[in-house]
Amino acid sequence: MNDSSLPLLSLVIWLPILAGIAITVLGDARSRALALGTAALTFLLSLPLYFGFDRDTAAMQFTEQATWLPGLGIEYALGIDGISMPLIVLTTLINVIVVVSAWEVITDRPAMYLGAFQIMTGLMVGVFSALDAILFYVFFEATLIPMFLIIGIWGGPRRVYATIKFFLYTFLGSVFMLVALIWMGREAGSFSVLDMHEMALGAEAQLLIFLAFLAAFAVKIPMWPVHTWLPDAHVEAPTAGSAVLAAIMLKMGGYGFLRFSLPITPDASARMDTFMIAISLIAIVYIGFVALVQRDMKKLIAYSSISHMGFVTLGIFIAFRLIANDDGAGVALGMEGAMVQMISHGFISAAMFLCVGVMYDRIHSREIADYGGVMNTMPLFGAFMIFFALANAGLPGTSGFVGEFMVILGSFRASFWIAFLAALTLILGAAYTLWMVKRVILGPVGNEKVAALTDIGRREFWMLGVLALFVLLVGVWPNLIGSVMHASVENLAEHISRPKY
Amino acid sequence: MDNLALASPEIFLLSAACAVLVVGLFVDAERQLVYWLSQATLVVTLFLAFSQIGGVDVSGAAASEEAAVGERLRASMTAFTGAYAVDAMSATLKSWLLVVVLGVLLYSRDYLSERRIARGEYYVLVLFAVAGMMIMVSGQNLLTVYLGLELLALSQYAMVALLRDDGRASEAAMKFFVLGSLASGMLLYGMSMVYGASGSLDLGVIRETLALGGLDRDPDAVGNAVALTSGFDERAVGARFGLVFIVVGIAFKLGAVPFHMWVPDVYEGAPTSVTMFISTAPKLAAFAMLIRLLVDGLEVLNADWQQMLAILSALSMIVGNLVAIAQTNVKRMLAYSTISHVGFLLMGIVGAGPAGYSAAMFYAITYAFTTLAAFGVLLALSRGGHEAVTLDDLAGLARRNTLLAVVMLLAMISLAGVPPTVGFYAKLVVLKAAIGAGYTWLAILGVIMSVIGAFYYLRIVKLAFFDEPAPLSAEVATAGDVTAGLAVNGLAVVVLGVFPGLVMTACLAAFA
Repeated sequence: MNDSSLPLLSLVIWLPILAGIAITVLGDARSRALALGTAALTFLLSLPLYFGFDRDTAAMQFTEQATWLPGLGIEYALGIDGISMPLIVLTTLINVIVVVSAWEVITDRPAMYLGAFQIMTGLMVGVFSALDAILFYVFFEATLIPMFLIIGIWGGPRRVYATIKFFLYTFLGSVFMLVALIWMGREAGSFSVLDMHEMALGAEAQLLIFLAFLAAFAVKIPMWPVHTWLPDAHVEAPTAGSAVLAAIMLKMGGYGFLRFSLPITPDASARMDTFMIAISLIAIVYIGFVALVQRDMKKLIAYSSISHMGFVTLGIFIAFRLIANDDGAGVALGMEGAMVQMISHGFISAAMFLCVGVMYDRIHSREIADYGGVMNTMPLFGAFMIFFALANAGLPGTSGFVGEFMVILGSFRASFWIAFLAALTLILGAAYTLWMVKRVILGPVGNEKVAALTDIGRREFWMLGVLALFVLLVGVWPNLIGSVMHASVENLAEHISRPKY
Repeated sequence: MDNLALASPEIFLLSAACAVLVVGLFVDAERQLVYWLSQATLVVTLFLAFSQIGGVDVSGAAASEEAAVGERLRASMTAFTGAYAVDAMSATLKSWLLVVVLGVLLYSRDYLSERRIARGEYYVLVLFAVAGMMIMVSGQNLLTVYLGLELLALSQYAMVALLRDDGRASEAAMKFFVLGSLASGMLLYGMSMVYGASGSLDLGVIRETLALGGLDRDPDAVGNAVALTSGFDERAVGARFGLVFIVVGIAFKLGAVPFHMWVPDVYEGAPTSVTMFISTAPKLAAFAMLIRLLVDGLEVLNADWQQMLAILSALSMIVGNLVAIAQTNVKRMLAYSTISHVGFLLMGIVGAGPAGYSAAMFYAITYAFTTLAAFGVLLALSRGGHEAVTLDDLAGLARRNTLLAVVMLLAMISLAGVPPTVGFYAKLVVLKAAIGAGYTWLAILGVIMSVIGAFYYLRIVKLAFFDEPAPLSAEVATAGDVTAGLAVNGLAVVVLGVFPGLVMTACLAAFA
C-alpha cells in the first residue's frame, strides 16, 4: 500500500484546510452541510491509512517527500507509523462528531466556526504526519490560531483571559523547541526527524534539548505544574472546542514525547526519568484530588484529563526504569499502554464534554449544583452519561480500563510503589466521576429546570452512540488499535535502549 | 555613457518627480491627477528596477575574476566611476521598496484628501524620498550612501510636518529633525575616519585597503580583527574608531535601542499615512545601507561590529517588546513593535555570512509589507474626520468590516511570528543564522521576547474579533482598489508564509 499513487496524507491534511477556508468565505447559508461533507470525506480518506497499514514494519508508511525550502534544507516530508496513524484516524473521526455536535447549537457566525474546525483538523493531521522538524513545528503552532479564535469568539464569559492564557502558555513552551530544532538541524545538516533520531548527541546537548522539548510538550499535554491553562481553556471554550482540545490537542504533547523527546534524547530521558515519573504521579494523584472538589462539570473533566494524561507520561517514562532492569517486554507494555490511553481518552473525554454540552444547551449552566435527577427526565442521555463516566473511571470492558491497566502493569515491573500510587487513580477516578454522576444524573429531580428537560434527539443520540461504540470496541478488543502499533513501539523501545554517545 | 543606463530607474524617477512637482502647481487637488501620476511614475520605475534583476547575473560571471573583493561585489555592475552599483541585492530591494511605496500611496490616498494634505507636495516628497532610498541601496561610495540618506531624511522631515497646524506633528518633526541631523553628523564623522584610515571613499577600495592592512600578517589562524590589533596600526585604530560612529548612525536611522528615542514620538505625531511610510520602506533602505557600509566596506572589522550589533539587537528586542505592552495608542505600539523587529533584523546581520545577510534581508522585506497591511487597516478606519489611534478604535472590527479584520489578524499573527504566516519564516531564518554563528543566547532571548510580543499583537486580534463594536461605530467602507490592495497584501502574508521560497530565493541570490 505504500506505493499508493494517491498522496493520501496530503489529501487528509489539505482537503479540510482548503474546504475550511472555502466554508468561511462562502458564508453561513450552506456552511453546515458543507462542513459535514468535508468532515465525512476527510474521515473516509483517512480510513485507508488504517486498513492499508502494514502492521509488520516500523518503517514510515504512506511517505511523501518534496523540496520545500531548498536553501534551508527544509522539506515537505510526510509519513506515518504505528504511533501516529491511530491518532490521525482519531482526529478525523472526532472532527465528524464535532460538526454534528455544533449543528443547531452554534447560531453566531456558524460558517467561521465550522470552517475553523475543518482548518484545525487538517493542521492536526499535519502535526501527526510531519517528518520534517520545521514542518512539524509549523503545524504544531498553526493549530493555536483556530483554537485561539474558537475560544475567543464563541467561548464563555471569561473567554478572553482563557484564550490569551492558552495561546501564550503554549507559545512560550514551543519556542524553546524551535531553538532546539534549529540547532539540531544545523548539527545534523537536515531537518528530517528520522535523521535526528539517528544523530549522535553528547550528554549535555541532549539534556538541553530534552528540556526544550519538555517545555513544549509538558505544556501541551499538560503536565503538573504547567497545566493551569487547561481548566481555564476548557471551561470557557464552546463544547466542540473543549472536545477537540481534550481529544486531540493534548495528544500532540504525548505524541511529541514519543516522536521527539524519546528517540532524539534517549540518554537525557533516562537521566530525567525519576523526575518525569514523579511529576506524572503528582498529576495522577494530586490532580485527582483537585478534580474531586470541583463544582463545575467542565472543570472536573478538565482536571480528570490532566490526571489521565499523567498516565500517558508515566507509561512513557517508566520505560527507562524497565530498560535499566533489562525488561524489554515491560518497556513495550508501558508505552503501548500510554498510546492506548491516549486514543481511549480521545473518545471518552470528547464524549464527556459533549454530554456536558448537551445539558448546557438546555439549561445553560455547568454547575453541578444546578442539576440533580436528570435521569428522570432524560433517561436515554442518562444512560450514556453513566456509561461514559464509568469508562472514564476505568471500568473493565471499556477502553478506559485497557490503557490504565497496561500502564499499571508496566509500572509493577518497575516498582511496587509507583504502581501503587498510579493505581490510586482507580479509586480517585471512580470517586470524582461517579460522585458527579450521582449529583447530576441520579436522585430525585433537583429543580423545575431539570423537570422541564427533554431527552436527546436523534442527532445527539448518534453523536454519543458512535463514541460509545468505539469505547466498547476498544475495551473488549484492544488489539483493534494495539496490533497496528506493536512494530513501531517495539522499534522505539529498542531504539531508546541504545545510548547515543 | 553606456553605464548611465544602469541608473535609469533613478534618472526616470527624479525627472518624473520634477514633472509631478510642476503639474501639481496647476491642477486641482480634488481631481487626484497628481496621485495617479505618482503611481504611474512608481510603476514605471518598478518596471525599470525589476528588469535589472535578470541582467545582473550575466555581468556577475564576467567580473568573477576579482575574487579578492567580496563575494557580492563581484556580481555588481557599477556606474559613475564606481560610486553607484547595481547588483542582485539592489535590484531586489528596489523592486520591493517600490511595491511597498505603491501600497503606501494607495492606502493613504483617501486619508490625505479628507485632511486636505493631498497636495502635490506630499507626493513629490514621497517620490524624492524614494529616489533617496534607491540611491542608498545602490551607493557603492561613502558619499553616494550619505547623499541618498540625506535626500530621504529631508523629505521625511517635511512629510512629518505636513500637518503644519498640528502641534504634535510639528513637535515630532522638530524632534525628528534634530535627532536625525545628529545621527547624520555621527555617520558623517565616522565616514571621515574611515576615509582617513583607508584613503578612499569607494567602499570596494576601502575593503581592499583595510584587508591588506591587517590580513598580511596573519591571514587564517586568528581572524581578521585580531590581525588588525596585533600590531599597533594607526589605520586599524582609525577605522575602528570610525566604525563606532557609523554603527551609531545606522542604529539611529534604524531606530535600534538605545538610539530609538525619536521613533515613538515621530510615529505618534506624524499623520498616519506618513507614519506608514516611515515605518516601512525606509527600513529596507537602512538595511541596504547597513550592508553597504558594514559588509561591503568594513567586513574586515566583522568581529567588532558583530558584538556591537548583538548588543543593539538584544536591547531592541527587550525594550521594544516590553514597552509596547504598556501602550494604548496603536501608533506608539507599532513604533515599539518596529523597534523590536529591528532587533530581530540585526540578529540576522549578527548571524553574518550569506545566510545571515539574506535572512536579514528577508526579514526586512517581509516586515515592510506586513506592517504596511497593519497601517493600511488603520488608515481605512481613520475616516470621516476620526483618527483611529487608540486600541479601542479597533474594537469589534470583525463585525464592522470582516476583510479589514482578517487582514489585521494576519498582519498581527505574522508580526508575532506564528506559522503559517511569513513572519514565522522571517524569524526562523534569522534564528537559524544567529544559532549558526554561535549566538544561541541571542536566539533564545529573541524567542522569549517574541512570546512577550505575541501578547500585544494578540490584544489587537482580541479587540477586533472578540469584542463588540462601540455603540455608535458604523460599518467601515473602503474604496474598491483599496479593498483589493489590502486583500492582496493580506494574502501575501499567508501565501509567502506557505511558499517563502518565492522571496527567499531572491534574498539568497543577493548574497550568493
